[in-house]
Amino acid sequence: MDLSHIFNSKKILNIVFSAVFITAMIFSAQAQETKKAEEPHVTKSEINAPHEEKEEDISQTILHHIADSHEWHFWGEGENKVAVPLPVILWTNNGFVTFLSNKHDHNDHGTEIFEEKGQQLINYHGKYYYPNAVKNAEGAYVELDENAVPTNAKPLDLSITKNVVSLFISVILLLIIFTSIAKAYKKREGKAPKGLQSILEPIILFVRDDIAKPQLGYRYAAFMPYLLTVFFFVWLNNLMGLIPFFPGGANLTGNIAVTMMLALCTFILTTINGNKNYWGHVFTPHVPWWLYPLMIPVEIIGLFTKPIALMIRLFANITAGHILILSLISLIFILKSVMVAGIAVPFVIFISVIELVVGFIQAFIFTILSALFIGMAVQEHAEH
Amino acid sequence: MITGSIAGIGAGLAAIGAGIGIGQIGGKAMEGMARQPEAAGRIQTAMLIAAAFVEAVALFGVVVAFLGTK
Repeated sequence: MDLSHIFNSKKILNIVFSAVFITAMIFSAQAQETKKAEEPHVTKSEINAPHEEKEEDISQTILHHIADSHEWHFWGEGENKVAVPLPVILWTNNGFVTFLSNKHDHNDHGTEIFEEKGQQLINYHGKYYYPNAVKNAEGAYVELDENAVPTNAKPLDLSITKNVVSLFISVILLLIIFTSIAKAYKKREGKAPKGLQSILEPIILFVRDDIAKPQLGYRYAAFMPYLLTVFFFVWLNNLMGLIPFFPGGANLTGNIAVTMMLALCTFILTTINGNKNYWGHVFTPHVPWWLYPLMIPVEIIGLFTKPIALMIRLFANITAGHILILSLISLIFILKSVMVAGIAVPFVIFISVIELVVGFIQAFIFTILSALFIGMAVQEHAEH
Repeated sequence: MITGSIAGIGAGLAAIGAGIGIGQIGGKAMEGMARQPEAAGRIQTAMLIAAAFVEAVALFGVVVAFLGTK
């Protein structure tokens, strides 16, 4: 894999580097300002709150930032928060219940029962549950198990959450970009690419020549649509997850349900394209017959571990990256000193730049492993 | 006073293993590329795939640690 042909223009490199440095300077300047502004506030709340609770708060905040939510939060907390409410769609005992998330988000401690279409519900930490008949010690209508997770029954949540909106945005973006280049290829057939086409052509060719062809051989053409879709979907969402404000910031590829669906697509493709040879490997492996009771279960487990590893790899990589960035920012609040920002903020920028590379590499790895698994399923015996 | 979950130690141990593994892969790939610069492209692809498999193990550790700390 030679990536240099993508980045061979020195001009582009110069622009990218100067852009990174300018944003770095702006960010560090902003961070200094906000730190100054928040300094008295932090010390004041520190007096009120015990030390342990503060640290718990930080890990809660980080987990809250990478999680899905029923609203798209911009800035501010409590009364002054600026957020876009998103529709909540619940399949309850009384059928579908829909409302906007800001209607019932003022109390998320589960201490207040509200009624929608005759269905009693509570909001506990942003999730909707059926209320218990009695309150617990904290006045909430929930019963918590030992991990502080409510054991209440809950309605099936089919809401348009932040991640779903982000998914819609990225799908629309991909459709606009790729239908326009597909049209350009039809219109300008045989001519040099132009505009968007010239940016994306090297990447499309990279997917074809460095991912599909080596793994799939002459059958690559049939799987190109899937591989290109997966590659650009994962890459775009990795990049959008790194944008800290509106169109991005939703951590979509860091959501295990999304990566599970992507891995499931690969699993379905391998399963339906698997030839006699592939299934032969699973059910009649090349070992003495008395090893069959051991080998066949192992091979069957192997069918499932491959997509599960795909799922966890993408999820954990992206989630770990986001947690790392947030933890470094939180260092300022853990150590309670503005001076830490001088080290933490440049480090965050450094990690963010690494995350840009990781976003590309993970898209590449997901695609090449999908191609590899499909290739294993379709190859003939002689090709070993 | 340091408090925390033992799952964090587990994640750290998994990271040590993956660190050794990826170090080996990267080092050997460098060696291979230095010996045969014309095969650099193919070595790099194989290196990234192998590194992804090793890294997955460390990430399993992280995920298990997450589940453990909840």
